[in-house]
Amino acid sequence: MSEEKLVGIVLVSHSAEVAASVGELAKGLAGGTTAVPVAPAGGTEGGGLGTSAELICAAAASVDRGAGVAVLTDLGSAVLTVKALLAEGDELPDGARLVDAPFVEGAVAAVVTAASGADLDAVEAAAVEAYSYRKV
Amino acid sequence: MLDADFFRRWMTAAAASVDREADRLTALDSAIGDADHGSNLQRGFTAVTAVLEKEAPDTPGAVLTLAGRQLISTVGGASGPLYGTLLRRTGKALGDAAEVGEEQLAAALREGVDGVMKLGGAAPGDKTMIDALVPAVDALASGFAAARTAAEEGAEATTPLQARKGRASYLGERSIGHQDPGATSSALLIAALADTAEADGE
Repeated sequence: MSEEKLVGIVLVSHSAEVAASVGELAKGLAGGTTAVPVAPAGGTEGGGLGTSAELICAAAASVDRGAGVAVLTDLGSAVLTVKALLAEGDELPDGARLVDAPFVEGAVAAVVTAASGADLDAVEAAAVEAYSYRKV
Repeated sequence: MLDADFFRRWMTAAAASVDREADRLTALDSAIGDADHGSNLQRGFTAVTAVLEKEAPDTPGAVLTLAGRQLISTVGGASGPLYGTLLRRTGKALGDAAEVGEEQLAAALREGVDGVMKLGGAAPGDKTMIDALVPAVDALASGFAAARTAAEEGAEATTPLQARKGRASYLGERSIGHQDPGATSSALLIAALADTAEADGE
């Protein structure tokens, strides 16, 4: 298992604090010893609320181990920026994918699944499935 | 025929217009959005004029592709990927011709607007930039001045609409009665195109 390449996770939020905290939360809940590569891309480069294409590309490059990168976003410009970057074709690593999932629950599911050595399809499926966890 | 310099001047004119109107765009956005549209576009188009000057792309397609990429990189709000996709897709559709005709531009701009609709999922009537851009592209066959008028009328016609996309849609009926900031800035972009063509005597 330790020989396997792990799927990378990028967390894109309008807020740097939210992106970093959700990453810590997901890694904490994943427990274990496997170091899933998780990188936050929160806020603008100037530290404000918003989305930075540069931070997203840097985060994706930093977690790319060759097994693909699952990108989770909060809303609005975060979603649109990732989609626009994927349409461009050369700024995000090969195998980077926007995952349609709730931000917090999806991040936890993605990191836990990635820690098991699962491939990108399985990580994506786990994150998407988080939409179906009803609370009431 | 329209060469790379024409497209560079269009972008410069758009940047100047966004500069002039930034406060108005932000005021419109503070009514139904998060009050950053003017400053976001100002930052984006300032970066566009700088990169066009620095890299001096030599075809119309390359000018718009570079401008679009720069907007995606620098705006920081939803208008970045949306306008970025508009210009980049239009630029790609123009290919690497050294000069393009008005009909070619109209067809390419149509592809750009289609790209924006696909990216954001907005359709005409949703109170977005699409409500200015679609009428403008439709009117472009009749000339640049007609496109400008159509875009301005389209932007004004967003006032009674209820927003169905973006942050403004969370306001529901309270979004009615405000002109959409994205449609307004789209009209500025088309007006800058018409101004550039008029200055050329096109």
